[in-house]
Amino acid sequence: MNITRLDKARDLKFKRQVEEESGQNLSTCYQCGKCTAGCPGAQVYDRQVSQIMHAVQLGLKEEALKNRSLWLCLSCSTCSARCPNNIDVAAVMETLRMMARREGWVQDRPIESFWKAFLDTVHATGRSYELGVMADYMGRTLRGWGNLEIAPMALRKNKMPFIPSVIHGRKEVARIFKRYAEKRS
Amino acid sequence: MKIGVFVCHCGSNIEATVDTATVAKIALTYPDVVFSEDTMYTCSEPGQENIVQAIKKHGLDGVVVASCSPRMHEPTFRRTVERAGLNRYMFEMANIREHVSWIGRDREANTNKAAELVRLAVEKLRRNAPLYAKQFDVTKRVLVIGGGVAGIQAALDAAESGIGVVMVERESTIGGKMAKLDKTFPTIDCSSCVLAPKMVDVAQNPNITLYAHSEVESISGFVGNFTVKIRKRATYVDWDKCTGCGTCTEKCPTKNVPDAFNEDISTCRAINIPFPQAIPKKATINPDYCRKIKEGKCGVCAKVCPTGAIVYDMVDEIVEEKVGAIIAATGYDLVDWTVYKEYGGGTYPDVITSLQYERMMSASGPTAGHIHRPSDGMEPKNIVFIQCVGSRDCSIGRPYCSGFCCMYTAKQAIMTKDHLPDAEAFVFYMDIRAPGKMYDEFTRRAQEEYGVQYIRGRVSAIQPTVRPDGRVGYIVRGADTLLGESVEVDADMVVLAVGVEGSKGAGNLAEKLRISYDHYGFFMESHVKLRPVETNTAGVYLAGVCQGPKDIPASVAQGSAAAAKVMALFSKPKLENDPQVSVVDIKRCVACGKCIQVCPYQAIEEVEIRGQKKAHVIETVCQGCGVCTATCPQGAIQVAHFTDNQLLAEVNALCLS
Repeated sequence: MNITRLDKARDLKFKRQVEEESGQNLSTCYQCGKCTAGCPGAQVYDRQVSQIMHAVQLGLKEEALKNRSLWLCLSCSTCSARCPNNIDVAAVMETLRMMARREGWVQDRPIESFWKAFLDTVHATGRSYELGVMADYMGRTLRGWGNLEIAPMALRKNKMPFIPSVIHGRKEVARIFKRYAEKRS
Repeated sequence: MKIGVFVCHCGSNIEATVDTATVAKIALTYPDVVFSEDTMYTCSEPGQENIVQAIKKHGLDGVVVASCSPRMHEPTFRRTVERAGLNRYMFEMANIREHVSWIGRDREANTNKAAELVRLAVEKLRRNAPLYAKQFDVTKRVLVIGGGVAGIQAALDAAESGIGVVMVERESTIGGKMAKLDKTFPTIDCSSCVLAPKMVDVAQNPNITLYAHSEVESISGFVGNFTVKIRKRATYVDWDKCTGCGTCTEKCPTKNVPDAFNEDISTCRAINIPFPQAIPKKATINPDYCRKIKEGKCGVCAKVCPTGAIVYDMVDEIVEEKVGAIIAATGYDLVDWTVYKEYGGGTYPDVITSLQYERMMSASGPTAGHIHRPSDGMEPKNIVFIQCVGSRDCSIGRPYCSGFCCMYTAKQAIMTKDHLPDAEAFVFYMDIRAPGKMYDEFTRRAQEEYGVQYIRGRVSAIQPTVRPDGRVGYIVRGADTLLGESVEVDADMVVLAVGVEGSKGAGNLAEKLRISYDHYGFFMESHVKLRPVETNTAGVYLAGVCQGPKDIPASVAQGSAAAAKVMALFSKPKLENDPQVSVVDIKRCVACGKCIQVCPYQAIEEVEIRGQKKAHVIETVCQGCGVCTATCPQGAIQVAHFTDNQLLAEVNALCLS
């Protein structure tokens, strides 16, 4: 069993950084577990959201960042809505995802790819373009026809139009992406 | 005789499993019963009024209520019948709730048993006689045993109301555990700053007589008239002469005496004054270490004492005091934590108790408030606190929560950060129990403001290691159950939040006071919810942790409550005894003296009546225990209200009819 040496492993700089980037005070979390109780992803998580919060409190960077849960999180914000200490837990999860990417510790590449594919279409069209997301995702992951069986139904109901609909503010949306890229570099 | 029977439903408590209407109907067939009915709540105001009306309407001479245990409501109904003009002892109670409805589900069997119990009560009542209480004088002084904060509060409140107080303290100073504390939660105000003025008040109040370095030797008598023998243990210093100048404690050459006030983390001289604010501030010689007393050589203190107060051949003195009430406020001691071998069992010098840590942090303590670990004086960097050491642990027979450890651990962790800003505090806990005004907020502050790291889980082992720099470290291994992983901390020092138990000798004192105590040395209150200050011995009250774990505010509150109880007791010009006492039938008494030997209250004396020796019961001393009745070979001594004839009538009613 892996034993964590708290006094050595504890990285309080990491904790402060998470607090700064997410704008949340993690010390106020008293580990009641209400976030985990309401989390719709809890059943597939490898580390529960309350445990992730606790890992951040302890300054255990790897435990907080190296897990699949961050990527399985639906960003539904049920945790934030229910937190008795008014912590925006979803914002903390989002912060941790960004940090995990920076560290290169993403634990679920396909999910990350899906996110990228989604954002690519938003970048290009100003909104989501389902068929584009699918194609982009397949291209990024080299995954085949995993969910192809739902295509006929989706096509028939016009949930997957062939031609992307482009919104008016497409250029403004694209500027957001540009600004983000500039800020990061 | 005309008897009325009232069968109570107690809501559904009784009615659910007992057919009370049938019981009432059967009761009408018993001898002398002229009236019987079932009522919803007999103890309620309309229920009692119903009894009063029935007594008047039917001219009843006695009443049976079949309901709950007499423990709670016998006094209620006795007052009821008295209101209607009957003697209060012309009343009997049949317990058909605890003894019937709550313990059986079979309605028919329950109904039969309830009817049988009513039959017993009726048969006993038929043989009852009116009894009248005797009045006796009260000594309006109170004995307070223990000079901790609870005892001090009780003594000051009683003295304030004009009652004379005798305070007995085992140590050479009052102040108790609170005097040892550095700060108090949740305000972090200085403990001795708030306590010392009260201690001074005790010393200066003309109504308070203080016996420090003394113990209660024996107690006799009864409520209103106790005689207490107090052993003033030899101090080897004439306290009337001692001015507390401290010259002796500076010059004494014996320096290796464990300092009990400082929880043995330092040493003191063989002649010592525990701390600067001690009350009384007098020196005491420890005879186990004094060279003059042990070997006859030395005598330095006698030479330097400016008032000639040293008396090497002093012996214990017994003094007698008369009091009307007693408040026990004997406090607590720490559980023996050395049973925990996983924490080193007392062999690791830097694993200390929370009380030792208090002394270390106290400005008047041996390190003048500087935190240095005992082994090498190093200023600790990582300090681990372990909660629930000796609390909530059935394996060592201490299943209870000691109540205040969560709070003082939070306080000590905060204080650690105050004293040593660069230090890290880790707290291993099971649950954080902080139910008090501003308490939970306080534990949150420790974490949010001071960055104390709380880890939910137990510690499995403390392993000493030698670090590369040659210093000793302590690897504290435990679980973080929230993370679901094992964790370790390389600690410089470990502080154990050791649980509490009744103070040493509490059982012995309880026997002298004739009160009950539990497995853990805590005194038993009369009723856990409704009589938390009283004991089952009239005139004996409890204050502070001697009754159960509690923090300073609760101990102070109970001290005041105990004083209020004593004031109420003393507010009457005379007290009345319980007339359920032994009575001697002098025609049968052969003066064998067996009753005098067995009486635990010295309530029976030998008298001469018309030239013949007879036993005589002092009614105000007799507690009606019945030991004499059981012992008397002649059947000459009977407890009123519980005569052999009454008890046999009950047995006959059950077995013969």
